Amino acid sequence: MLALIPLLPFGGFLVNAFLGKRLPKSISGGLATAVMAISFVISVMQVLALAAMPAESRQINQTLFTWITAGDFSLDLALRLDALSAVMILVVTGIGSLIHLYSTSYMHEETDSEFARFFSYLNLFCFFMLMLVLGSNVLVMFVGWEGVGLCSYLLIGYYYEKPSANDAAKKAFVVNRVGDFAFILGTLLLVVNFNSLDFYTIALAVKAMPPEVTFGTLSLITLLLFIGATGKSAQIPLYVWLPDAMEGPTPVSALIHAATMVTAGVYMIGRNAMLFEHAPITLTIVAIIGAATALFAGTIGLVQNDIKRVLAYSTVSQLGYMFLAMGVGAYGAGIFHLYTHAFFKACLFLGSGAVIHALHGEQDIRNMGGLKKYIPVTYWTFVIASVAIAGVPFLSGFFSKDEILFETFVEGHTLLWGIGILTSLLTATYMFRLVHLTFHGEERFHGAEHHAPAHGHHAPAPQAPQAPQAPQAPQAPQAPQAPHDAPWPMATALVVLALGSILAGYVNLPHALGGHAGLHEWLTPVFNAANCGQATTAGPLAGMAIEECTPVEERDPAEHAGTEITLMIVSSLIALAGIGLATYLWLKHKEIPARMAAQYPGMHRLLLNKYYVDEVYDATIVQPIKVVSTEGLWRGFDVKVVDGAVNGAGYFVSGVSIVLRLLQNGSVKTYAASMFVGAVAILAFYLWR
Amino acid sequence: MPIGHYLVLSGLLFSIGAAGVFLRRNLITLLMSVEIMLNAVNLTFVAFGRQIGEVDGQIITFFVMTVAAAEAAVGLALVIGLFRHRESLNPEAFTTLKW
Repeated sequence: MLALIPLLPFGGFLVNAFLGKRLPKSISGGLATAVMAISFVISVMQVLALAAMPAESRQINQTLFTWITAGDFSLDLALRLDALSAVMILVVTGIGSLIHLYSTSYMHEETDSEFARFFSYLNLFCFFMLMLVLGSNVLVMFVGWEGVGLCSYLLIGYYYEKPSANDAAKKAFVVNRVGDFAFILGTLLLVVNFNSLDFYTIALAVKAMPPEVTFGTLSLITLLLFIGATGKSAQIPLYVWLPDAMEGPTPVSALIHAATMVTAGVYMIGRNAMLFEHAPITLTIVAIIGAATALFAGTIGLVQNDIKRVLAYSTVSQLGYMFLAMGVGAYGAGIFHLYTHAFFKACLFLGSGAVIHALHGEQDIRNMGGLKKYIPVTYWTFVIASVAIAGVPFLSGFFSKDEILFETFVEGHTLLWGIGILTSLLTATYMFRLVHLTFHGEERFHGAEHHAPAHGHHAPAPQAPQAPQAPQAPQAPQAPQAPHDAPWPMATALVVLALGSILAGYVNLPHALGGHAGLHEWLTPVFNAANCGQATTAGPLAGMAIEECTPVEERDPAEHAGTEITLMIVSSLIALAGIGLATYLWLKHKEIPARMAAQYPGMHRLLLNKYYVDEVYDATIVQPIKVVSTEGLWRGFDVKVVDGAVNGAGYFVSGVSIVLRLLQNGSVKTYAASMFVGAVAILAFYLWR
Repeated sequence: MPIGHYLVLSGLLFSIGAAGVFLRRNLITLLMSVEIMLNAVNLTFVAFGRQIGEVDGQIITFFVMTVAAAEAAVGLALVIGLFRHRESLNPEAFTTLKW
């Protein structure tokens, strides 16, 4: 039953990949959406079954087959549903279904075969993502981890006739490879040290160890795994691929580059919480990287002009929050933010897709404005999601972000808390800058005073591959046409996600506000590797963990309630201040940002060019590698040594042959003479030996 | 008659044949020289056969004569073919079969 959850999308992938060319769009899109919806229903049923179990032994295992056996090491292709993967499969299948539904409308301008190709990739992605979260050992997770990377590559490069899309896809793939390499090393170290890759076995083995105060094996393993996470989840220093990944179609940005794949790193740390818990040095690094990324990406997001890029930097920033939470040991808070973020960021991306759709491919917010009255559904859902991400009280983002900040503060990381608060201000500011520039103010978009292309939809890129952004349909201009709101499949997805953005936070209402912190309670046994009554079956600890039934040491919720309320008020005020600031700067006094940009041109240029990180990477890593490859490996080693050896062997043989062939002069008498001499020589040898 | 005489005669005949092969510039003479060398060998066989008192030497001689006859037939056929090609019997005219 558990295996059906990933296998259904895989079936959808197979059908669309092999028969898609012959299927009409309604069937290929409908099928892809249907398998995701069924997968969601099964997930809900499985999670309900899980919830019915006693809290300390919530696990559903399914072993498909034994994958690898070598000596005393054995590895199963096994799936495991526990409290943590339950949250993830609900997010992946639930939000995945909505995004599939949205895509049936958004991608409708594509030809049948391109449409089927899109949905086959999307389904394949969901399959791999579900394998990633359901895998019960590191290697199965790694299969999913690589698989989602592949699908990310395929979908970023979906408009493959656009060079920029191809470049972005390659960049994403290569940058991810860097992280994945570290991940593989970490996995190998796990095998060496624990002789098992099962998360549960490892967690129990680690639990028996003391925390590693100085840098040792555990720190190295976790650090390598974390480097893998920085690649997949776009953290410093490997975040550079995510903003470029916006070249892909917008639903892809929503599904892969906001809601699911990029959170895989956070999930991975949550999955190995016990391991990370015993490596405090790594945890500190995680927290610092997370906070730095949150702030860094937030400042870049403040000045970007592409609607999707602002959201991309916002995603990087929010992922930074999640890592900050993981780093201070607040795993529940990190997963909680992952879960709420999936709603509002997916909603924002889909909303931005609806805006782009309405404006026929326009992505520059300087060419928008005043869209509120044309596309009300998109406007309201976008505003709700923006309010949620900004952290305005009683929406989902408020609860999750506040829990992270609270945990950071209570754990004593005051500086990181300060960075978090500052980022919170930035988040509110850049989000409402986006809202104001897109939906409010004067109408600056193309169709406002000129014409709108008669072809009322987002045109497929292959028709005009040289265009920098998704181009408009090349048709004769007709009468001006106002931007139109999202059609029903898009509107449905937007409204559901907006409702989620409002309500999702209430599953984890904090104790300070009279709630039960339900999600926290649900997840805690996983992070503590509590194990009652379920013996591990593999590894050195087989059968011995039954008595490991320690009750979870909970911080007394009442103890810090006062602090929590105070911090909530502070962060709410900060969020409102950010929104106010954005309104003041970009709606009421629009000359101020321009004047500021003119007054500090260096600073503005620095932010606009993303701190020149791409250029620095190009100069310090890409170019040296290119030079070494071109001059050293190609012109030096390959041409001189490899080709030299091969050609040298040839030249040697032909050189010797020039001498030897003098003997073969074609004269019968010479041959006879040489035979004679030879015969005499042999005879002489035997005679006088 | 001691065997030495036979062997000396045989050696002389073989040397004459070999010299003919190396020195003469006519393909037919070359073939004839080869025949002389073969017959020199035949003589040795027969002489040793008589010395030992067996007929093996004579049997081998018959084989050699048969092969020599076949060789002469094929050789002469080749010579005719070559002559038709080049209007010459000098072996130095036929050196094109090389690299």
